[in-house]
This record gives sequence, C-alpha cells and structure tokens, in this order.
Amino acid sequence: MSNFWNDPNAIIVLLGTVLLSMGAAVVGNFTFLRKRALVGDAVAHSVLPGICVAFLISGSKDPIWLMLGAVIAGWISLLVMDFIIRKTRLKADTATGLVLSVFFGLGIFMLTSIQHSGNASQTGLDKFLFGNAASMMERDVYIFAGTAVILLILTLVFYRPFRLVSFNREFAESIGMPVWFYEFLLSTMTVLAVASGIQAVGVVLMAALLITPAAAGRYWTDKLPIMMLLSALFAGISAWGGTWVSFAVPSMPTGPWIIMFLSIIAITSILIAPQRGIVARNRLRRRNESKILRENILKTFYYLGQANRDFKIPRTAQDLLEIRGFSVKELQLGLRLESKIGNLVRNGNGWALSDEGLAESFRIVRLHRLWEMYLNKRLHLKPDHVHQGAEAIEHVITPELEKLLEEELGHPTLDPHQSEIPYLP
Amino acid sequence: MSDSIWIILTGSLVAISCGLLGCFLILRKMAMVGDAISHAVLPGIVIAYLVSGDRVGILPLVGAAAVGLFAAVMIEWLYRKARLQTDASIGITFTWLFAIGVIITSYFSGKIDLDQECILYGEIAYVPLDLIIDSAGNSFGPRPFWILLTVLTLIVGFIIVGYRGLFLTTFDPGFAAALGISTAFWHYSLMGAVSLTTVVSFESVGAVLVVAFLVVLPATAYLLTDDFKRMLVITSILGVTSAIGGYYLALIFDGSIAGAMTIAAGVQFAFALFFSPSKGILINRIKAGDIPSTGSLSRQDFPLGNKQ
Repeated sequence: MSNFWNDPNAIIVLLGTVLLSMGAAVVGNFTFLRKRALVGDAVAHSVLPGICVAFLISGSKDPIWLMLGAVIAGWISLLVMDFIIRKTRLKADTATGLVLSVFFGLGIFMLTSIQHSGNASQTGLDKFLFGNAASMMERDVYIFAGTAVILLILTLVFYRPFRLVSFNREFAESIGMPVWFYEFLLSTMTVLAVASGIQAVGVVLMAALLITPAAAGRYWTDKLPIMMLLSALFAGISAWGGTWVSFAVPSMPTGPWIIMFLSIIAITSILIAPQRGIVARNRLRRRNESKILRENILKTFYYLGQANRDFKIPRTAQDLLEIRGFSVKELQLGLRLESKIGNLVRNGNGWALSDEGLAESFRIVRLHRLWEMYLNKRLHLKPDHVHQGAEAIEHVITPELEKLLEEELGHPTLDPHQSEIPYLP
Repeated sequence: MSDSIWIILTGSLVAISCGLLGCFLILRKMAMVGDAISHAVLPGIVIAYLVSGDRVGILPLVGAAAVGLFAAVMIEWLYRKARLQTDASIGITFTWLFAIGVIITSYFSGKIDLDQECILYGEIAYVPLDLIIDSAGNSFGPRPFWILLTVLTLIVGFIIVGYRGLFLTTFDPGFAAALGISTAFWHYSLMGAVSLTTVVSFESVGAVLVVAFLVVLPATAYLLTDDFKRMLVITSILGVTSAIGGYYLALIFDGSIAGAMTIAAGVQFAFALFFSPSKGILINRIKAGDIPSTGSLSRQDFPLGNKQ
C-alpha cells in the first residue's frame, strides 16, 4: 500500500490512533490489575452526555471542549457508581450496569434531540458512538498526542505507588500512603484515556482499548514493566492495522477493526503464550498426568514382585489390574509409553521390568515409603493415615529432597508398615 | 389503535421481559454478563438480517440468540480454562463480538436495513409501521408487538416452570447442588433466555438500552422490597411506567424514545434510592433523626438476599 504513506491525511490519522491506543493501553494496565475493566466500560458510555452538554454550551466541536465535557461526565459517573455501592445493598456489577445504561440513554436522548433540532454544525457528533478516526485533523492529533504524553509521564512518575496500590491496596494503606490520592489520580487518568480514546474506537468499544492489550500482555510475562510495554506494542500494532484496513477499504470502520486486531492478538496470546497459555498449560497437565500414570505402573510391578523378591517376572495387564485400579485404556497407553522409553520389555503376553525400569520402580517406592516415614515420625500421623499423602508427593520429590529426607530420618530401612525401603544392591 | 399506544405497548413488553430476567441477573451478580450478551448478539442479528431480508422471522432470531449463548460460554471458558479475571473475560468477549457485528454491518451496509445508530438505540418509533396485514387487508397490529408478546409469554412460562431451579441456584447454589439441581443447566438456560430477549428487543430499543431494562428496573425493585416474587411484580410495573413516561418525555423534547425510556427508568431508580420506604437514603436519615441518641441502625445494615 504505497500510497498510504504518501497520503498526509492517512499519516495524521495513523499517528492519532496509534498514540491514543497506546496511551489507553498503558493506563489500562492499572485498570486491569485493579479489576476495574467494566468500570472503564461504564465510564466510556457515560461520557456521552458530557460531550453533548459541552457541545450545547460551547456551540462547537472543538475537541478540547468535548474532552472537557467527557472528563467531567466520566468523573460524575464514577462518583455515582461509588455512591450507589456505598449507600445501598446493590452490588458493584449492578451499579456499573445501571450507571452505564442510564448515562448512555441520557446521552443518546440528548444526541438525537440535538440532531432533530437541525443544528447544522452538529454533524459528526454521533461519530463518538463508533469513533471518528478517519476525520481526524492535524490539530486533533496534537491534542491526543499531548494527552498520551501526559498519561505516559504520570505513569512513569508515579509508577511505584501506582503499582503498589494496584497490587496490594491494604498494604499501601497500612504503611500510610495517601491511597485515596493515587486512586483519584488513576481514576482521572482512566477517564482521560477514555475521553481521548473514544475518538478512535467510540464509546462502546472503549473498554477493549483499555483492557484487552493488558490482558494479552499478562499472558506473556509476570513483570509489570514488560506487560506495559507489550500492551502498548499490541495496541500500537492494532491501531496501525485498523487504520490501514479502513484506508484500504473506505467502507470499513477504523475502531471496530482496531478492536478486531486487538482481540485476535489477545485470543492468540491466551492460547499459545508459553507457561500461562492454554496450550502450554494443557500440555504441562497432560505431561504430569502421563508421568504419574507411568510411575504408578512401575510401582505396581514392584508390589507384584515384592513377596518373592523377584521383580523381573513378566506381568500381564490383568496381573497389574488385580492390585491397582487403572482404566484399561490408560494402562495400555502407559505400558506402551514405558516400553518405548525402555523401562519395560515386551515378553510374551506381558511386560517385564528392564534394569532401568527396576531402578525406577525402586526409586518411586522408596520415595513413597520415605515420605510415609516422614509423616509418621515428624508429623506424628498414624501409619494408616500416611499412604494418601505419599501417593501424591512421590511423583514430585526431587533427588535433593530425597537426600534431605534420608538424612532427616537417619537412613531408615523400614517404613511405618514395616515394609522395606528399597535400594538397589 | 393509535401509534403511540403501540409504541408504549412494545416498550412495555421489552421492559417486562428484560426486567424479569434482570431480577435473576442482578441477584446472581451477573448484571454485566447481561450487558455483555446484549452487545454480543450483534453479529447474530446482522447475519439473521442478511439471511432473511428486512422481515426477520423467528428462526433466524433464534439463531442469533445462539451467538449470545456462545458469548456466555466464551466468558466461562476464559474465566475457568484461561484463568482470566471475570471483568476482563466479559470485556474482551463482548467487545470482540460487537466489533465483528459492526464490521459485518458496514460491509453489507447497502444490503441490510440496519445502520450503526440503529444498533445502539433501535427504532421503536418505526414499530407501528411494520404491520401484519392478511390477504383481506385486515391489520393485526405491528409485527414486533406480536413477536415480543410471544417472547414475554415464553419467559413468563420459563420462570414459572423453572422457578424452583432458578430461585435455588440464584440464592443458594451450594444447597441447590446438594439437592442435585444443576447450576450449569440453569446458568445457561438463563443466559439463553437473556440472549433471546435481547435479540428480539434489539430492533426496537437497540443494544445498550436493553441493558437499562435488564439492570435498572430490577435494581429499583430491589430497593423497594425484600420479597423476590414481589420484586418480579414491581419490576414489571416499573417497566410499564418507564415506557409510558419515556414516550411522553421523547415527545416533548423530540429525542430518541428508547433513550427517554432509559431516562424514565433512571428517574424511577433515583426516587427509590432516596425515598424507598424501607431503604431510601433520605427516608432513613429522617427516621434516624427521630431517635437521635441511640446510634441509628438502618435497614441497610442488615441486607437480605445473597450479599456476600
């Protein structure tokens, strides 16, 4: 799209939407951490009557006036929500939905009333519903850039108190921080971000600009500064994508496309991010389940062999099922996996432990019995109460921990049930 | 019958349907889930319009309602499987689906009778124009009125038949589970009912104003009574009064009728907030003034319902 970069208008719109989106995304990190995403949504809807009143008073569509009106209305909505939650038995979600819809209804009513009155200069006021990125002027961009810069500077200056207030409000209060001041500042920044951000995406989708980038960033990192950088990056890319789409296909709205890109980034992050993503988490869970299953199978070989102290006799699936309740399907799977690893060897109808498998089965039973011993000796649990705990922890104990247990218990040879704690000769 | 009667009747039907379901929503602390569904059904509605032209039948509407149910499932999935906090799960889901809806609307703007403004605040003023006329030329009144009446009947039926399940899973999910009542079943049934109502109400009042009826009316009723059945009745009455009040407000100031009905609902709420006989803030202050020395314990200090 070569002519995109040659079109000065397109560049201005691009700059405007990118700055607005990034500013909102950075502030949105705190909105997200304070779990106030829907409050942001309510504020975004509530600014509409403020914009209408500002227009009626000033008689112009000067963004400074409209933003002033938006900020005042947004703040009033926050106060009303807070008042309802404190003074009645209504819950936060109800207060949010209530303020959101009544303020928005009022805004719609004023907007339509202004439109019907035939005020010639009103055209475009309704653009606030879905954003008016395409009609941004150079002067608008200066204003939004200024707002974004203010938001960024405030975030940098008050980063530490903001972080503390967002993560642990009670602690911040207990060490004598003026929490109310920082919350006031954060709320004001949210309102400011909303009042400017609706220029790009409109009131309905504003909540996404605040929290979707932060939510997406959250899946990639545990560090707030990185999360903030990522969210700003995601917002910037999406804003660029949305602007580009609406430039390439003029009938396409900018705001919804920005949100579309943001949502795709967020859903992708939720799915594929390492560690926190769903795919990674499911894989980890399956790997753990498989490990536990396989270790339980090896352990069962040990139990079958311990009476005659002959652990290498081949056993059939039926033998194993007789003393431990596996499902047939998972048992087959586990046996197959273990013979692939080399811990089991196929032998006629059954399977037998290899040397490695024997060592492994000894290790698990040893951990099991060491832990039973520990529970019995150190936590003074009765011998008939220790098995369950050991069943779970035997799969988790590391070699280091094993060593500590042995030393702590003085290298025992028998467990609380007088069974041998097995070591390879 | 004159146009104004039809508009008021239609508004009342929307208000009552939404209000009744909203009573369950706000007590389940799910007001914002209702809000989310009312936005999320948009792509479904747009597709229903695309499929069936300007006269959308019942079947496409049910299809559209499925999108609302999808939103409810996605919110649960993000919360449980992806371990995303609730507010963000709701926020991401509805904005995404709504954005998709707006994009499809823009893409087919020439082909469907839906525009961006209509999505937000509907066109209840046009309701009397959409008449059902039989081959002999007899008019049976506006089509939306009959569709909404059907839906209201379904919802009242749903509440009566499922009252025990809905009531128990709302007020004491633990006890309900102990009785073998499936919380998930009633959760998704309720979400399905909300989706259907939202879809059907959409044409008349648009996305955001459905929320006003879902949340504001039950919240007002909740300040007026401690009895759940009474709350349902009060909500319905408030729905009718807000429809009437809103209509005349819109007439005076020449603004959106749906917006005006929301304002009327908001005014009713403000009255209940300050003057409710048992819970009004001003009423309680006056009562407290009667007994000056003994620190006043108002009713609010002993909330009933499932406040946790």
